[in-house]
Amino acid sequence: MKANVVVFGSLRNRLGIILTGGAALLAILLFFVVRGYAAQIAQEGQDNILGASVSSILDATVLREGTIELDFPYASLSMLSTSADDRVFYAIYEDGALLSGYDGLDVELPVSVGEAVFTSTQYDNATIRVASASRTLIGIDTPRQVSVSVAQTQDALAETLNRISRNVAVFGTGFFALATALAFWATSATIGQLSRLTTSVTRRGPQDLSPFLKPVPTEMVPLVGSLNTLMSRLDQSLKQSEDFIAEAAHRVRTPLATVRSYAEATFQRVETQENRDALRSMMRAIDESSRAAGQLLDHAMVTFRAENLEREDVEFDGLLRDLVQRMTPVADMRDVTINLESTAPAIIRGDPVLLQNAFRNLIDNALKYAPVDTSITIRVQTNPSISVDVLDQGPGFLVNEMDMLAGRFVRGGDTQGHIGSGLGLTIVQDVAMAHDGTMVLSNRSEGGACVTLQF
Amino acid sequence: MRYFAILILSFLPLFALAQEWEDQRVFGSEDAPHSMRILSSTDTSFFVPIIESFITQRPDVSVEYLVTGTADLDDLFRQSPDQFDVVISSAMDLQLKLTNDGFAQRLDGLTHPDWAQWRSSLFAFTTEPAAIVINTAAFEGLTIPSTRQDLIEVLRGNTELFQGTVGTYDVRLSGLGYLFATQDARASETFWRLLEVIGSLDAQLYCCSGEMIDDLAEGRILVAYNVLGSYALARADIEDVLTVILPSDFPTTMMRTALVSKSTSDPALAESFVSHLIRLQSQGSVENLLLPSLDAFQNTNGRSSIRLEPALMTYLDQLKRQVFIREWENAIIQNQ
Repeated sequence: MKANVVVFGSLRNRLGIILTGGAALLAILLFFVVRGYAAQIAQEGQDNILGASVSSILDATVLREGTIELDFPYASLSMLSTSADDRVFYAIYEDGALLSGYDGLDVELPVSVGEAVFTSTQYDNATIRVASASRTLIGIDTPRQVSVSVAQTQDALAETLNRISRNVAVFGTGFFALATALAFWATSATIGQLSRLTTSVTRRGPQDLSPFLKPVPTEMVPLVGSLNTLMSRLDQSLKQSEDFIAEAAHRVRTPLATVRSYAEATFQRVETQENRDALRSMMRAIDESSRAAGQLLDHAMVTFRAENLEREDVEFDGLLRDLVQRMTPVADMRDVTINLESTAPAIIRGDPVLLQNAFRNLIDNALKYAPVDTSITIRVQTNPSISVDVLDQGPGFLVNEMDMLAGRFVRGGDTQGHIGSGLGLTIVQDVAMAHDGTMVLSNRSEGGACVTLQF
Repeated sequence: MRYFAILILSFLPLFALAQEWEDQRVFGSEDAPHSMRILSSTDTSFFVPIIESFITQRPDVSVEYLVTGTADLDDLFRQSPDQFDVVISSAMDLQLKLTNDGFAQRLDGLTHPDWAQWRSSLFAFTTEPAAIVINTAAFEGLTIPSTRQDLIEVLRGNTELFQGTVGTYDVRLSGLGYLFATQDARASETFWRLLEVIGSLDAQLYCCSGEMIDDLAEGRILVAYNVLGSYALARADIEDVLTVILPSDFPTTMMRTALVSKSTSDPALAESFVSHLIRLQSQGSVENLLLPSLDAFQNTNGRSSIRLEPALMTYLDQLKRQVFIREWENAIIQNQ
């Protein structure tokens, strides 16, 4: 089956890739957003402390007798202690000239008095964060502007960021794993619906063209709807052709009967051996056509009834006894006896018309091939399950053909000289299957064919 | 740079004698393939057992041990950091500033308690409290002071006896003295009152603990304030003459620190020496060691020693130092 289908990609893979890819993208996004946010917060924390340090130094500046004195508290630098022992630099400027502290911090000092300004720069091969602020001191003479810069390396900040990064990475990975698991679950849940539909299509018997009635998800409704429409169209066209065949058979059979009676009447009148032979051949051909038409009708009937099986209790003993009685005259003509062996009552739920048709076909076949002065045995068994054997003493089946004989219009290789349509065993098999039974063909060890119907 | 220039100028007299070491000694074989120079403020005698045990482990090393004062040491090392491999000093503030200024090599291979190291570059290996050391004989009949307040009272009550016989560091010359003084001033106002009293008694000012203890032993002074207790305790010869008092009101405890020069020619050797040093000093119960161990004077409830933190640089600030020195001079030099 698969070989006939052109495969393009896989829904499961596509869904999986989209979902896990999306999750990975989200996890990476999450990592960078949280990390960026954390970096911002951590930087704000450092800035706050640097700013506090700067303002505590600025607050301590006094102008005494024209010189600037600066007795800044121990806490100004003490507050900058970090777990990573960050280096601390500071510089105090008076009107832009270095008064005390480290030279070369090289930051732009705020011109106006007010809020601290923060910059990141390099100093002595280390990245530092610098906070700077200014203050104007009014002395006796001109006002002086004092500026203070306090700087700190960012080791502790980097440590904090690394820790946060690690945590966020773990969190992101967890999120990704969870999302992937969810993606797999969602994918298999979705694909599961398709698989279930596939299974129910595959499990259907070859004759079953009824619509799917099991509930399906909304998205699959169009597919199942189309499938149902297709099947109903298929069913209808099948039915139409069966009807057509039945109608055709019916129409052929009636004129054939007329032709047969004319041929027979003519046969009685004709004296020439040559003409009699021709007429005999003609009658034989008519018989064959007539039987084929009958079988076609039967087959159409069986197909119809099997599809719409009406079950009732069928008692095999009575059914078969009736059938045997009706066939006995034909059997007598060929000096064949029909024995019915039925020990216990065997009852199944089924269509008596179909079952009768099947058994008549079997007995008919047996009669056709049974040699003169032999007997046909019909054996009903109830143990272990109900089965009916139809046995004859004819030539039996050809071993290499047994599997094919149930096919439509298949006739055995040894049937020359016997009238037949090739539909008999097909009908029997269809009936058996409609009743959840099987038809088994075999040859008897003492010679003769055996057809077993098991229910 | 201006800061350094002023620093150099202020210690010019010492700087002129810079190459004249207080002590200079070479340990180990002269033809050893490796050599190491240690610049230290600690008297050689204290370091002999440490260096000798190191050389026992590393016979291929010769160690040159150079001693100078803390301020001079800082100055020398800043000028030529490539001349020295290991720097040992009792002036924590100067050592911390050296480290902060990038003169110290990071030694990430060493494990040391967090409170006793800074940036894995500066390693503390002793705890040494500043002590009041008195001449026992002179205090006969007087209350032995146990706090700074007691000392103030004793000095005030016996001005004649103590006139000219009280010694303390000249904070202008001694880095350690400056550290002790600034930390005292941080801790309590009592310090300034004590300084006023000492100043009124015409205090003797010293550059180093050793000289102060010598004068104490010989009776030239009777009381020394903020002298290194460990130096006094180490002098077995004057055990009976002196009494070492650790003030009970608040302790000022210094940690001696070591760092490896960033420009050392043999970082691995220098690191192994520092590792050896801090291992010996951390064990605490090793015999023959003359310096107090790292845990010797640590309080069980909380550290009492001066913390290794950037704030130590506060009093090294030039403006701040000017203010402090002026106040100190106002207090101590009253008769000039």
